[in-house]
Parts: sequence; C-alpha cells; structure tokens
Amino acid sequence: MTKINRRRLFGLGAAGVAAVGTGAYATHALLEGPPPAAAASTSDPVPFYGEHQAGIVTPAQDRLHFVSFDVTTKKRAELVDMLQEWTVAAARMTQGKDAGTFGAVGGAIEAPPDDTGEALGLPPSGLTITIGFGPSLFDGRFGLGAKRPAALADLPKFPAEDLLADISGGDICVQACAHDPQIAVHAIRNLARIGFGKVSVRWSQLGFGRTSSTSRAQSTARNLMGFKDGTNNLKLEDAALLRQQLWAAPGDGPAWMDGGSYMVTRKIRMNIETWDRTSLSEQQQIFGRDKGEGAPLGGKHEFDEPDFAAKGADGTPTIAVDAHVRLAHPSSHGGARLLRRGYNYVDGSDGLGRLDAGLFFIAYQRDPRKQFVPIQMELGRTDSLNEYIKHVSSGLFACPPGLRDAGDYWGRTLFA
Amino acid sequence: MNPRHLSHTVIVPNWRTMRTPLALTAGALALAGLTACSSTTGGGATAGPAATDAAKPGKITVAANDTDCQVSAADLPAGTSTFEVTNSGSKVTEFYVYADGDRVMGEVENIVPGLTRQVIIELPAGAYQTACKPGMIGKGIRNPLKVSGAAVPLTDDVKLAKATADYQRYVKSQSDALLVKTQEFVDAVKAGDADKAKALFPIARTYWERIEPVAESFGDLDPAIDAREGDLAKGEKWTGFHKIEKHLWVTKDISKDGPTADKLMVDVKEIVAKSTTEKLAPLKLANGAKELLDEVATGKITGEEDRYSHTDLWDFAANLEGSQAAVSALRPVLDERAPDLAKTLDEKFAAASETLGKHRAGDGWKLHNELSKADLKELSDAINALAEPISKVAAVVAQ
Repeated sequence: MTKINRRRLFGLGAAGVAAVGTGAYATHALLEGPPPAAAASTSDPVPFYGEHQAGIVTPAQDRLHFVSFDVTTKKRAELVDMLQEWTVAAARMTQGKDAGTFGAVGGAIEAPPDDTGEALGLPPSGLTITIGFGPSLFDGRFGLGAKRPAALADLPKFPAEDLLADISGGDICVQACAHDPQIAVHAIRNLARIGFGKVSVRWSQLGFGRTSSTSRAQSTARNLMGFKDGTNNLKLEDAALLRQQLWAAPGDGPAWMDGGSYMVTRKIRMNIETWDRTSLSEQQQIFGRDKGEGAPLGGKHEFDEPDFAAKGADGTPTIAVDAHVRLAHPSSHGGARLLRRGYNYVDGSDGLGRLDAGLFFIAYQRDPRKQFVPIQMELGRTDSLNEYIKHVSSGLFACPPGLRDAGDYWGRTLFA
Repeated sequence: MNPRHLSHTVIVPNWRTMRTPLALTAGALALAGLTACSSTTGGGATAGPAATDAAKPGKITVAANDTDCQVSAADLPAGTSTFEVTNSGSKVTEFYVYADGDRVMGEVENIVPGLTRQVIIELPAGAYQTACKPGMIGKGIRNPLKVSGAAVPLTDDVKLAKATADYQRYVKSQSDALLVKTQEFVDAVKAGDADKAKALFPIARTYWERIEPVAESFGDLDPAIDAREGDLAKGEKWTGFHKIEKHLWVTKDISKDGPTADKLMVDVKEIVAKSTTEKLAPLKLANGAKELLDEVATGKITGEEDRYSHTDLWDFAANLEGSQAAVSALRPVLDERAPDLAKTLDEKFAAASETLGKHRAGDGWKLHNELSKADLKELSDAINALAEPISKVAAVVAQ
C-alpha cells in the first residue's frame, strides 16, 4: 500500500508533492479518486489523472478558455492519434511543463518551438483541461453511431432562446480552467495547434470570473447582474449527491461513459444596461434572493432553505411564483440538480454603446434529459429573468471518465 | 525548475513547479546522471551500427514506471550511446528514441515489470525525444534529448546540393515567365488598354507569387513591386502592381500610369537578375515553402492582397504551387530523413489543392468576394493543416 502510494505521488510530480504537504486527506483522495485534491494554493498544479476528469468538481478556478472543435479529418486513426497527442500535451501543461518535450526554447533553432512560450516562468496555476464529445461526433464518420449515449440526445428547442449556429455545438470541446488567464489561453492555443489538419476551431469563449463555487471551501461568486450565483450548487463534498446527480454510472448507458459526466454550455447574453436601471426591489423579486447577503427572500442567510410557501401580509408569496430561485430549485424538478461551473464574460461592446456581456453557463450532470432539459424548459417558459437575458449559444458534450495513468488517453474508452 | 528533475533531490513539501527554459536545467541534469551511473556495459537488446566514435562516458539509465520515465541524461555527444532501461512499474513497457516526426532511431520492446534491458543507439547531432510506453500504447512519456557534436556541413550533402540546384532551375523558369508577362502587362497599361491589363494582372502576378520568398530577400525591391497602399509610411511613394491595380479597378484611369509601369518593369528586371544569381541555402528552400503559406494565411484568405481586383485566388494558387515546388526539390532529403513527414506533406498538399480546386472558374479562379464565409473557413483549415507539417521541414533539412 505504502509503496503504491509513493509511486503514484512520485509520478504525479509536483502535484504529488503538494499532496505530501497537505497530509493524509490529500493522499487518500489521490488513491480513492473523488474528491480530487484541491491545489494548496492558486499557483499549484491539480492532478491530471484520476477516476474522473479534473475540471468538474475541482474547486472552480477564476478563469476559463473554452473551445469547440469540428473534426475535419475523415480518418478515425488520425483522430485517435491526435487525441493521444493532446493527452500527452495536456498532462504536461497541467503540471506546469511546456506542451512539447523540447519546449519553447529547448528545440532545434531551425524548427518552430513545440510550445508557444507565453507560459514560460509561470506556475501551473491550477490548470485543468477537460474534454467532451458532442452529438455530431457520433454521426457515422468514425463508426461511433452505436456508441452514442441516449443521454446525449440533442437538446430540444427551448422557449426564449435565439441560438447562433456559428457559436453552438461542435464535435469535441475542451474546457481549460486556471487561476491565470494566460495559462488557460496557452493550453487551448497549444492544443489547437496540435490539432491543425485534424480539427478546426468552431468557436471559443473566454470567461474572466467564476460565477459558481464547486466546493464548500469557496465563497459564492457573483454574476454580472451583481447577484451571488450558484448558492445551491452541487459541491465536491456532496459525495452521495455527486454519485446520484453528477457521474454516469454502470448501467446508465454505454460503458465508455461510466464515471463520466454530461456537459451543457449556454452563452447567456445579459441586457446589462436595462438591468442596471431596474430597481433593487424588482431585481431581488426576479431572483427571489436579496442582493447583499444572497439569502432567499424571507430568510436571513445565504444558505437558508427558501420557504416557497411563505406569504406576505397581502397574501402574495414572499418568493414570487416566477422568481428564478423557485423555478430553478430542485424541489420544482423532483430533486434534479446540476453542477454549475459558469463564468462571466465580456466580449467587448456591440457597436451600439452596450457591453457585449453575460454568463457563459456550464453545467455537468448525470443525464441532461432528466436534469438540464426540464429545468431550462421551465425557466424558458416562465422565468421573470428572461426579460433581461437571451440564450445565444448552446453546447452538449459527453465528458468521458478520467485517465488512469500516462498509458491512458482521452477517448480510449470510446475508440477502443 | 521542472518537477521531473527533482528525482535526484529531496522532495520538498510545498514545492511549486515553475516553467524554466529547458536549456538551463539540462546541463546540470546530464552531469548528475552521468556521474551517478556505472560505466560497465552489457549486451544490447537491439544494436545500431558499430560505434564510430571515441569511447562514450557510461550508460544512460532510464528509470521507467507506469507514470514516469526518468532518463539520466538530456544532453549527449554524437555517436553511439547505451541506454539501460529498468521497469519498476506494474505494466510492460517499451523505450524509444525518436527523431523529428517520430522517426524511430532505436527501441527496446517488451520490458516486463522488474526487468532491465539495454539498447545501443547511434545518434547524429540533433534534437530527439525519448519515450517510455507503459502498457505499450499511446504516445508514451516523452523527454527531450539533445545530441551535439561535429556534424557534416549541410552544403557538403550531395542530396541537399541537388535540391538547391533543382529549385534554382525552378526560380529561373518562373523568373523568365515573370519578365515576359510583366512586360505584356506594362505594355497594355501604357497603351491604355485597361481590359487587357486587367486580364494580365493576375497572370503576371502568378509568376511573382510563386517565387516571392526568394525575391523578398532583396530588401527594398519587394515593396517597390508589391506594396499595398496601407503598407507605406507617410511621405513614402507608392509604386508597383497594386497602385496600377487600384487605377484599373477603382479610379478607372490609367492614363497617368506610364512612369509607374516603366518603374515596375525596371524593378522586376533587377529582382530577377538578383534572384537568378543568388546562391540559395537549403534552409532557404524550407523556410520559403513555409513563408509562401504564411502569405496565403495572412493576405489571400482575407482578401487583403488584391483588394481592388479581388483576384486573390490566383495569388493563392501561385503561393501553393511555389511552396510545393520547394518541397519537391527537397523531397529526396525528406524521403531519407523523415519519410512520414514526406507522406503527410503529400496528403496535405493534395487536400489543399483539392479544396482550392472547387473554386476554379474557366482558366482562372473565382473572385475573392464570390466566396462564402464557409468557403474561406474551409480554405483556411486546409492551409493550416498543410502549414503545420511544413514548418517542420527546416529542422529536418538542418539535421
């Protein structure tokens, strides 16, 4: 036991060292899989290998670079080869190394460097790189049709959405999260470069501030409407709920997804300027929470359970029937929960003097048909927040289980 | 400091990995590795050619397990080296030394847990990668390996000398046609025959674009011939193809372009004279092949090159053909040193030509503004797919 333990820690390099520093809990976590050890500080590495992919329950880092690719090669072998190259580069970059073995300055001077170099001198910064496969990958080009999970059913048309095809969907997504934006961008840039000729970037999104906490050790962050977002989020400490709500289990669908999770992305543009002209009282009614503390209306503290039955002196519900917190609450959906991992974005301005800003929503779950779909269907129909937001892009991806060791690669369970 | 290099030191809690230029750590590591291992030699599992060099300092040890591949040296002298691979993991592993493009320089397979095996590999100076493959799948755990020492000068290589001579002939043939077609274009402009000049504009430019990287080496001549209006600093005089292009397509008045046309002819003659006498280095061919695709990626895909005539696809095709000509000249060298790369380039050139071929119109090409955004994205993807492997050619030539 001790021997295996040491070897694993050794193989994990600095991540293992960090675990030594933080003691028995982290060691246990490495061996048992979830919950993955949190990096001791924002500059430390997060382990790349494990039962589940990092970047899902990993305490949400501050920065995001998300990219969706179309596969352009028609050859399955070329795609698998690229996934293997990506895996090696991702394993290296998450541990603070250059993308390629020679690095930004170590190779032949006649050759372009195998790392782009902007991360030289920077620490790993909690980088996680998470991969997902979209429904279109299973269209028959690579003989994967029979392996498409039922849970990866195309999302239905929701009310109150105005999706742009150019920034929706994709065959493969990669989510890079880090505490330093340069590290997240470096990861995506180097993977995109490795992918030239095999995949082509379909769309990408930068996020500059986390809006969700995925650990009780984190405070709840705010979205650009100024409200705490994701108070009731699934958190890495909720072991039983994670098994029930987050991870695909044996028997759910094809075995290649056992231990994986399904990701839904939605780019939600906010009408920032009209929101800012809305009274505090109306803003709080719309969310069903107070803006300062984040407590449900009628409650005192952020984590108080909302009382949906409570009525005011005039007999109207304290939390309005169309308030966001009520419509999104698990009690309205038979207990269905999501692990949210969204980021604020500002893509400059829109030429009409308004910020092009909002929330890049990311949610992980065991089965979108039972979780995201019914929740969003309800929100799209009746949420009073809809007056201030518009869903402009959508993505759905099956994120496979984690990698066992350096002999494993992204997509092995799918392509094997 | 790289965490991998901590193997010879005590593990310190709260250590943070920090990217550092590899060169700073490799030397110290090699020293530590070489002094630490024994100098006895054993039988090789697979052997390369016999040693042609002086005695080498000891063996290089490779400590392999399921997640790591610790190679005791990252810097070796050229010649033969012995690698001793010990597998302390739980999976059967393999060890490889790869040259660029994953060309196998030497390997030892089927190293079961607990076993130590040796391999002797001959490595000329260059940049290599070592790899352990636990479970014998995937790309393996890679480390850089630099081999330095006296290398044969590139110009002494017979194949390379032939490559440059072949390409020089190509430059000459294109230059001859450039002179003829530019003269016809200039004559049409001076005769006030706008229709004829418009028809000749993309054709004359085709010969220019095929050999542009060679021409570009001659400082101020390239801008005099090919500058776009926005390239100029305040006070600089605009001359060349694009000035006449603007007058042909936008202002529709070439009546005052006689002097500009004459100067264009003088400049083209001068650059042709220089290009055809210049002795080209092999690396120039490789870099030229890449630069031509850079031209496509930055100027032609966007429609910036021929913004008045929209004849960018003629230039696109010419850049692609010129790039392929340079690679073809280097082909015997690539076949010998990096056959996989040569094969990839064949595929990607064919794919790019096929993608471009969809936009043929008669003897020429569709105009840039007739292409949809999706068409341009597809062309952009095809060029990126080709340019990445082409960027690896220079290092192969320099080996």
